[in-house]
Amino acid sequence: MSNIALDTITKRFKETVALDEVSLSVKDQEFFVLLGPTGAGKTTTLRVIAGLEKQDGGHVAFDGATVDTLQPADRDTAFVFQQYSLYPNMTVYDNLAFPLRSPLRRLPEATIRQRVTSAAEKLRISHLLERKTARLSGGEMQRVSIGRAIVRQPRVFLMDEPLSNLDAKLRESLRVELKHLQKTQGSTSIFVTHDQIEALTMADRIAVLNEGRIAQIGTPHDIYDRPANTFVAQLVGTPRINLLPATRLGTHLGVDKSPLDVPIPEGYMPERLLLGVRPEDIRLESNGQFTGTVALTEPLGVETILHITAGEQTLVSVVPGVAAYVLGGSVRFNLARERLHYFDLDGKRL
Amino acid sequence: MATIDLKQVEKKFGESHAVKPLNLTIKDGEFVVLLGPSGCGKTTTLRMISGLEAVSNGNILLDGRDVTWLHPSQRDIAFVFQFFALYSHMSARENIAFPLQAQGEKRDQITARVREVSQMLKIEHLLEARPSSLSGGDQQRVALARALVRRPAAFLMDEPLGALDAEFRESMRAEIKQLHLRQHATTVYVTHDQIEAMAMGDRIVIMSNAVVQQVGTPQDVYHNPSNLFVARFIGSPGMNLIEGVYRAGFVQLPGGAQMNIPYGWNTALERSLSGDGKVVVGFRPEAVRVKDDGEIAASVYADDLHGGYSMLHLELANGTIVHGRVGRDANYPIGLAMRFDIAPDMIRFFHPKTEAAIQADGGAS
Repeated sequence: MSNIALDTITKRFKETVALDEVSLSVKDQEFFVLLGPTGAGKTTTLRVIAGLEKQDGGHVAFDGATVDTLQPADRDTAFVFQQYSLYPNMTVYDNLAFPLRSPLRRLPEATIRQRVTSAAEKLRISHLLERKTARLSGGEMQRVSIGRAIVRQPRVFLMDEPLSNLDAKLRESLRVELKHLQKTQGSTSIFVTHDQIEALTMADRIAVLNEGRIAQIGTPHDIYDRPANTFVAQLVGTPRINLLPATRLGTHLGVDKSPLDVPIPEGYMPERLLLGVRPEDIRLESNGQFTGTVALTEPLGVETILHITAGEQTLVSVVPGVAAYVLGGSVRFNLARERLHYFDLDGKRL
Repeated sequence: MATIDLKQVEKKFGESHAVKPLNLTIKDGEFVVLLGPSGCGKTTTLRMISGLEAVSNGNILLDGRDVTWLHPSQRDIAFVFQFFALYSHMSARENIAFPLQAQGEKRDQITARVREVSQMLKIEHLLEARPSSLSGGDQQRVALARALVRRPAAFLMDEPLGALDAEFRESMRAEIKQLHLRQHATTVYVTHDQIEAMAMGDRIVIMSNAVVQQVGTPQDVYHNPSNLFVARFIGSPGMNLIEGVYRAGFVQLPGGAQMNIPYGWNTALERSLSGDGKVVVGFRPEAVRVKDDGEIAASVYADDLHGGYSMLHLELANGTIVHGRVGRDANYPIGLAMRFDIAPDMIRFFHPKTEAAIQADGGAS
């Protein structure tokens, strides 16, 4: 079992508050992602869990027992960094075996061989075991770094942007492999990234961090479908969510400076608010309620991003395939009412 | 306004080619993107057009005039770099005005022109600020304004969005395209980001290893890639590519599945493939149709949410992973046996040795 719990963790660097009462709990066998922009506190959180950084307040507990006083080496975590720290003159095999030969472990060579072979198979690097790591590609090196964490069979994997140095294609395939591996191994992992697509695609649950505070914790569906505030709504999803200033007008919400309006949903609605519409929830239909003008098209192959002007507002929508829309032409569309988001002017979800 | 012609343009460093002989005509008002991984020769090509790099061989024509050996400043071309390269001791206004002052323009001309471009880029409120106090996106807007202010015959842009955050990149991408639609200045734009290339380019020139792989519209390079490199490089993820063996009327796929050959391909395959019948079958993730009675058997490797849709990753008998675009509520256990078909009009074939696309019977598909 490996439950990891952070209870009101605060961490300061001189005058700066890096973490402000961060509480979260990672379940056994969970793939937990910390998502946020640079400086949000993601890496600091990871380092506090590993014991590489001492918190100023709060507690870290593994399986219900506090580890606050334990040294990093005694916490049984394995760290995978963005920069692969491999020994260039050793073979892949010796790099993988290295942590198991350390004075702390000194496992028998037979056990080492078995663990190294098995990790290499899972990471599809069996054919590279005798090669010097200096002669590997970036993707192969990152596989070896991950392998070096796997052989240790730690209580938890702590991964700090391990894919961000790789090119887009490699990142895509390694992302899927890592997820498959984690699910089939049942290992507990905490993964730090600033890349929303990595978070959405890999996580069982995501904690979104902003300026040292938790903005939201939830499954990828929760985060995407019910963002707690405009920060989360804008961080997740490409193209970005449309946020439109709106005013309550009788039974309707009218989008300012545009003909768009929607019925007022149940529950409290202030006089002025922000209406959130994901690009795919703008549905182009020949008998659509609203009319707009095509301002720009961006054909991506699988879909086309369409910028539609309605009144003084420009909406970003996506439509499947390579759409042949004429610039300046008129289009009709509907808004998927059941998928709209409402935020108050402070950005909080209503 | 200008056309740009590259005729047998090449660049050698010693014995090695940075760019192998390249022919390309860029039409007046066209937005052409040079796309490829780092080291493919795209930036060298751009620098040769600008005159910052001398050609080893070949000719460069601007509006029919041979400019191959003209100094960069005599080419009437504006260059926008990835790094903003603004003068830090000057205000945004002074930075933008600088190229016109250097040309000795009249003061009221300069004032009018600076106002015009800053309105277009919506930076009027920033004109008195120093570059260091501006955000990355605003610095790049000022750099763009400085390039635009001259009304050059052509714009050359080298990864102008490369240094920006993802959120800025998306909106700046649209802004630059909007700007182009208004100005219609001939533009050559370098990037390694295929999404940027697709979104912005009238045509895309895809390069790899110093060689042009394909020149085409976004639709061309997406649906009819000329070879395996382009098929993999365009799209995220790239095209699914499965090795199979052609037999009269069908392709034998890993795991024994027999995929029927869609109408219009048999003759082409008979003619193009070698005796062993080996062929690569290509199809985009949106061509995958999960069906109980599908032709191809696979097991679930993983699935993941991308926001508005999900991606289902399926493992074939030989370990190949196929990516299928599916509805956003997909939730399949790893290892589950599944079957799928490929939408027949989206199937493409490639020669495994030459890696070239096979053309359908009767020419283009």
